[in-house]
Amino acid sequence: MTDVTIQIDNPMEIPFRRNGFIRFLNVFLGRKVVVFGAAIILALIVAAIFAPIISPYDPYSQNLSESLQPPSRAHLLGTDRFGRDVLSRIIYGTRVSLLVGIVSVGSAAFIGMTLGLIAGYFGRFINTLIMRFIDALMAIPPIMLALAIASALGGGLWNVIISLGISLIPTQARLMHGQVLTVKQADYITAGEVIGASDWRIMIKHVFPNCLPPLIVLITLNLGVAILAESALSFLGVGIRPPGAAWGSMVNDGYQYLLSNPILSFAPGFAIMLVVLAFNIVGDGLRDALDPRLRGTI
Amino acid sequence: MAASHLLEVKNLTTEFRIGGSVIRAVDGISYYIDDGEIVGLVGESGCGKSASQLSVLQLIPMPPGNIVSGEAIFQGIDLLDFDPDGEQIRAVRGGKIGLIFQEPMTSLNPVLTIGRQIIETLVLHLHMDRQSARKRAVELIDLMGIPDAKQRIDNYPHQFSGGMRQRIMIAMAVSCNPNLLIADEPTTALDVTTQAQILEILRNMVKAFNTSLLIVTHNLGVVARYAQRIYVMYAGRIVESGTVKDIFDNPCHPYTLGLLKSVPRLDEPKGRKLVPIVGLPPNLGNMPGYCAFWPRCSKRSPACKKKPWPELRLISGQHYTACDYDFDKK
Amino acid sequence: MSDNTLLEVKNLKMYFPVTKGLLRKTVANVQAVDDVTFSISKGETLGLVGESGCGKTTVGRCILRLYRPTAGRVIFEGQDISLWPKDKIRPLRRKIQLIFQDPYSSLNPRQSAGDIVGEPLTVHKLVKNNREYRERLGELFRMVGLDPGMQDRVPHEFSGGQRQRIGIARALASNPSFIVCDEPVSALDVSIQAQVINLLQELQEELKLTYLFVAHDLSVVRHISDRVAVMYLGRIVEITDWETLYENPLHPYTKALLSAVPIPDPSLEEKREQIILRGDVPSPMNPPHGCYFHPRCRLATPECSRVKPPLRQIADNHAVACIRV
Repeated sequence: MTDVTIQIDNPMEIPFRRNGFIRFLNVFLGRKVVVFGAAIILALIVAAIFAPIISPYDPYSQNLSESLQPPSRAHLLGTDRFGRDVLSRIIYGTRVSLLVGIVSVGSAAFIGMTLGLIAGYFGRFINTLIMRFIDALMAIPPIMLALAIASALGGGLWNVIISLGISLIPTQARLMHGQVLTVKQADYITAGEVIGASDWRIMIKHVFPNCLPPLIVLITLNLGVAILAESALSFLGVGIRPPGAAWGSMVNDGYQYLLSNPILSFAPGFAIMLVVLAFNIVGDGLRDALDPRLRGTI
Repeated sequence: MAASHLLEVKNLTTEFRIGGSVIRAVDGISYYIDDGEIVGLVGESGCGKSASQLSVLQLIPMPPGNIVSGEAIFQGIDLLDFDPDGEQIRAVRGGKIGLIFQEPMTSLNPVLTIGRQIIETLVLHLHMDRQSARKRAVELIDLMGIPDAKQRIDNYPHQFSGGMRQRIMIAMAVSCNPNLLIADEPTTALDVTTQAQILEILRNMVKAFNTSLLIVTHNLGVVARYAQRIYVMYAGRIVESGTVKDIFDNPCHPYTLGLLKSVPRLDEPKGRKLVPIVGLPPNLGNMPGYCAFWPRCSKRSPACKKKPWPELRLISGQHYTACDYDFDKK
Repeated sequence: MSDNTLLEVKNLKMYFPVTKGLLRKTVANVQAVDDVTFSISKGETLGLVGESGCGKTTVGRCILRLYRPTAGRVIFEGQDISLWPKDKIRPLRRKIQLIFQDPYSSLNPRQSAGDIVGEPLTVHKLVKNNREYRERLGELFRMVGLDPGMQDRVPHEFSGGQRQRIGIARALASNPSFIVCDEPVSALDVSIQAQVINLLQELQEELKLTYLFVAHDLSVVRHISDRVAVMYLGRIVEITDWETLYENPLHPYTKALLSAVPIPDPSLEEKREQIILRGDVPSPMNPPHGCYFHPRCRLATPECSRVKPPLRQIADNHAVACIRV
């Protein structure tokens, strides 16, 4: 069906030129559900930054006389067993969630992509070495790894970040590696070689940018994964330690009162769900918007 | 003109709706093919030559495609009256009209042996029993010049070279004794010597089975060698038609003339300068009201822009052109 | 060889090993190029023609030293570059350039046209400052018939023919003396092919370029080349000037190849003899004994299956590898 594809043969004839970024935004924000996801993420970022201003109470101050109160006008989501305001703790919890997500995924992406790029580009011995290492890493279940690190180093924010970061490296490295192998086939990589560019230059200028779109999608999806995993670790008690406000540990705290005061677990649980959903939706939206098949169409 | 043609297409128009724009890939074309004839349909990519053939067999995806108007009378019946997913049109495709595509690998099922695929066709269209269908399949493969037909029939498509796969496609296409073969760029993906082999097989099939053959191609040499009549397409329309001699010895449309001047010929003397056709093919989504070749035409005049695209007019015999320029005056 | 020789290829062999298993044991060799010898003079165009898999592209890539030849010598401007290490090759890339077949895959979709054409200038530090860079870019764009105002556009905003021009401009940026054109027009539409062929010819005249023109289309190769080498299964079977190629081809494969190319002239086509070859090209992993062409050859004798025919000089400008000639 090569005959019927639209050809924009003469750029002069294109009535108005839109650059790549605007085209990307058009597709990305063209779907309502993606706008919804993006709005949630934006709201969370705002909440995390301005937590002290937004939250009605100090999330750490205990007031045992007001413990386990149901939702009321004073405490919109009630209080926990130490009398701390649940809403304030959830708002502060976004800080932990986003910090864990961004730092662990960010460092995993950086390390994983670098390893995948080097392995895929140079191939041969280096490839075997790096990719077998990644395979070994992949064989360790992330929760196991986190538990091991937590038991060795103790829990806490930074150990959670480290263990999650390590466990997220393989997916990033594998995808990058696969992308590099595809992109390497393209003639423009040979062209880079022919004009005398160094390996370094070809890797950074020609290979890397063309590998990126699916990796951006993966990073978004992994943010959801990391936030969920942090909650799971905190729930298990090897994550953020009390009195830190983390959603996972809040679910755990409320667990005992599930029948009498379900909001204690449901509210942070809902927050976790919302965030993971938002990141997945945005990831899907990015996948559509970055799809190379949409490139060049008007 | 003969009383009735094997296939006569009248005023066929096909549009595609892509994004916000409507692309008229085929713009009111008419042509015919008689029994035992080899006809060439020539044009560059995007001119609508493939889309027109797919329209006739209702093989274009709908939507975004849409056959706006036209008739395709094959043996007295209008193929466009049939339901596109119905039994009747399917009996015609692969039955009375055989199809050969450019890339045989995508048309053959990779997980079935080629024998099985040919046998299925025979059982489906000719209601043969499996045993005789297998015998016939071996005969067909043998006829295509594939050695060891008996053994190779149980091979899978990937075990054959590109040229061999194209032979298998032809074997499948002729398996049901079609009255018409439509070959869409049958040799574009192949090497020249393989191309010659394949086209020779096609020519022999036409002679042996008295079928007709429509070759859709961009290669002027191929039609000069094999076709009796030619239709030249540009931007969805037929701009010139006639016998091979008409078209090559006395081209009467500036586009045909331009094509002939722009291709290097094997027998040319040194120093012959190619005369390219300037500019680019038009954007089918945004066609002017006048002749679409005007921006690239070497014989254009301001008057051309004031009238709609000229209809085909008779030059002599069967020779028609869609241009008002008088080539004899010069 | 005379002083006028720019490039000499001597007994070039390029075998690609086929490996199997974890230890990458070589189980066979694909003999992509098998003992190829030719030379190209300054300002000349040598056409290299053959069917897919005949090794013509590999020859080009060996000259560009994208591959390290298995054996043989590649002598460019008097220096044997066939074994040079990578860091020594890089500066040489200024002088030997490549034009690709596929105008879509050969341009980085994430670079602007200007960046693509200007990259060799940056890599080889050929310009002193930004102003010089801009000037040179404009000059290159105009040279290939593109509007310098289109520098900021990305490849997908150009048509196939225009993209090919961008690729040509990139190849010209470092002022090369020798360009390997690898099927530069075969991906283009008929009416655009002529534009690019003419451009290549004009550039050659203007910049005194030397071309190795690799293509499968005999008409195009003959049109642009001074001499033509015909390859079959990794070997050159015949090499001669453009005129003799059509008037007096000697190798049976050349004859078959010529006869397979239809000429857009029906009256002539009626008279032409057609040679239809039997079967397929054998696998380069396991080529036939003796002359590689003998299983498909009309003139083959038992001797042909025993003797590997050398490329023999039979006239001043004509060499054939066939014992029956």
